[in-house]
Amino acid sequence: MNRADAVAIILWIGATLYAIFGGADFGAGLWSLLAGRGERGRRPRALIDWAIGPVWEANHVWLIFVLVVLWTGFSSAFESIFSTLFIPLCLAALGIVLRGSGFAFQHTARRASGRALAATIFGLASVLTPFFMGTVVGAIAGGRVPVGNAAGDPVTSWLNPLSLVIGALFVATCAYLSAVFLVSDARRARAPDLERYFGTRALVSAIVTGALAAAGLVVLRSDARFVFDGLKGDALPLVILSVVCGSAVLVLLRRNARRGARVFAAGAVACVIWAWGVAQHPYLLPQKLTIAAAAAPSATLTSLLVVFGVAVLVVLPALGLLFTLVQRNLVRETSTPTTHDKPHADTLRR
Amino acid sequence: MLATTLQAARSQMAFTLAFHIILASLGVALPALMLIANYRGLRHQDAEALKLAQRWSKAVAVTFAVGAVTGTVLSFEFGLLWPAFTGRFGEVFGVLFAIEGLFFFVEAIFIAIYIFGWKHLSPWTHFWTGVPVVIAGLGGAFSVVAVNSWMNQPQGYSPMTGKVTSVEPLKVIFNPAVPYEVPHMILAAYLVTGFLVASIYAVGMLRGRRDRIHRLGLLIPLTVACIVTPIQFAVGDTAARAIAKDQPIKFAGMECVQTTSTDVTEYIYGRCTSSGVKGGIGIPGFDSFLVGWSTSTQVVGLDSVTPDDRPPDNTMLHWAFDTMVGICTVLIVLALWLGIGWWRKKDFPQSKWFLRATAASGVLAVVALECGWIVTEVGRQPWIVYNVMRTSDAVTHASGVWVTFGLIVALYVALGAALIITLRAMSRRWRDADEDDVGGPYDPESQAPGPALAEGPQ
Repeated sequence: MNRADAVAIILWIGATLYAIFGGADFGAGLWSLLAGRGERGRRPRALIDWAIGPVWEANHVWLIFVLVVLWTGFSSAFESIFSTLFIPLCLAALGIVLRGSGFAFQHTARRASGRALAATIFGLASVLTPFFMGTVVGAIAGGRVPVGNAAGDPVTSWLNPLSLVIGALFVATCAYLSAVFLVSDARRARAPDLERYFGTRALVSAIVTGALAAAGLVVLRSDARFVFDGLKGDALPLVILSVVCGSAVLVLLRRNARRGARVFAAGAVACVIWAWGVAQHPYLLPQKLTIAAAAAPSATLTSLLVVFGVAVLVVLPALGLLFTLVQRNLVRETSTPTTHDKPHADTLRR
Repeated sequence: MLATTLQAARSQMAFTLAFHIILASLGVALPALMLIANYRGLRHQDAEALKLAQRWSKAVAVTFAVGAVTGTVLSFEFGLLWPAFTGRFGEVFGVLFAIEGLFFFVEAIFIAIYIFGWKHLSPWTHFWTGVPVVIAGLGGAFSVVAVNSWMNQPQGYSPMTGKVTSVEPLKVIFNPAVPYEVPHMILAAYLVTGFLVASIYAVGMLRGRRDRIHRLGLLIPLTVACIVTPIQFAVGDTAARAIAKDQPIKFAGMECVQTTSTDVTEYIYGRCTSSGVKGGIGIPGFDSFLVGWSTSTQVVGLDSVTPDDRPPDNTMLHWAFDTMVGICTVLIVLALWLGIGWWRKKDFPQSKWFLRATAASGVLAVVALECGWIVTEVGRQPWIVYNVMRTSDAVTHASGVWVTFGLIVALYVALGAALIITLRAMSRRWRDADEDDVGGPYDPESQAPGPALAEGPQ
């Protein structure tokens, strides 16, 4: 394996982590939006808040990681994608600004109305951002991003059936991941009603995601033959593995044995992302730009690999420390029996 | 069409950067102030200092969260606004951003741990979890500013034209502008944060709140800022002289030097025209003296290059430079005032005028910061990479930048207002109820929902 492929793998690792952790955050925003205002949605929203609070920013930086690796390792691909797909990427960036500020302020806003507005903005932006990112991926997979500064069509490149289906698939995947994660969080919080609440939603979104994935395959077949053939060829084992993982989640959810559901759900998503990568290999932009042609000079690639190695050595232990502290503490906090005796409204009071 | 896209893209970049740089400065320096207060609190059993550290850590979380968002916007803009720049040179300067990403990650993680640790870690362990935040802030600032330095003094790649095929990362990272630009910006971050935080407490004291929290809240940041300011003046002076050598046309623009000559007059303000400076205060020979310690030093003028290669908005550039230097001079006077007061009475001057001056210093420092960025960014024009790539060749061919510019202005105005309202509301709650349980991002204190009563304990 050459260095360019190694950097492409790092890019895909970043994309996978962003899809799983960032995706779960986006999905949480969707569920908090769908939970509804007022008393009815209060408990689910409280769980969502509690679950993603301390770690949300660390998840979000995977996106910056992906952008930086892309523009450093494969500058011309970055140029082509960001100029042709100007509109959906602007909208995704807009969603990120709204989402980030909505989240920052929904805790701190003084009045309840301000908090509700911030929460609604957070929810809406959590749906729009992954949708537009999905249209971007659809445009790339469909071969609609030619090399150059805005060389592709600014509108039809991302406003087409394939992009729309993948956009919807992204939103559904986020919802699915998030619901599965929230089932576990509800269990940790000892809230069996919320466990059932998100269990039902996990099942529904799993079925919707599966259906959209199947629809995506149909559209890919007619619209992006190269990637479709790749999925049928080299990437077939990953596709099958993804289906197996997805089915395992369904079985586990049905049987109420939720211990492994999170891992399988994340595995199903990871397999799809890697299947896409394998399917379009050796291309970065299918049939327009190969990994080798887009790759930076070797010294740059080496530096990137070194920085990545240092990141693994430094960031992963730190991240592990954060997750451990948070999880350990949450377990301890929720195991205190006092919450059982308090009246309902009191247990939810911030 | 392209000309207007260029204007829109430059406006949007300038606007988003001007916004982000304030938050970035706070992100770099506020954790240090927080740790100083924390250290004092632990070392001297000072409950008020600890309380300050705790409050500041919440302000750090809010500004960092918003700064992360505005920073993400900037990284999108590398592609949305300047795709040809990033397309050609991303593989040259990108590694610095990879390093920056590393620092940013560390900073985010340890801010979360520090905030979380207030109630869950032993006091000194907790203090030490804040140290990586400060170090990562410095490292991140180095990486980002080194990219800007490289744009001013590009090197470490070949060939000079066309697609880059070879890169020397160390030459890129340690380019000639790094030794003066990076310290200048890091000091600026500490200067701005120090005066800004001190000014908030000065306003509180002017309104009659003379408790110990306010005194400490004024004294810690003001001391840091007042130590930094004279150093910053010296570093800035070195930077200006280096620019006269490295980027003579930028320097000529800053000083409105039209023709290359010796014995050049230094103008304080005044309007720049092609026939020389109109108005302003002129000091004969002083510009030459500043550049080379002698009035016979030759200073390169704008006429040494064709009009196409000269920076635009000459008067604005000149005013920005003079305003930055002027404000730094005024802040040195404030630092002397504090120093003399401390030397004579072991306390900061209690007069209303000192508090008023401190209250004004925050805004002044921010203005100086923005002026500094105008100098370096507008002064580099028409180049995005000095003498290598024109900004007009870097801009996107996509249309609609005016629309995104309008949207982002509206959004950022709302964001800025929300940020200020939030920080003010936090401080009001601290003040009124002495209630420090104000939640924020990263705050682990939000309650788990727990079992519904209808379900009964299981």
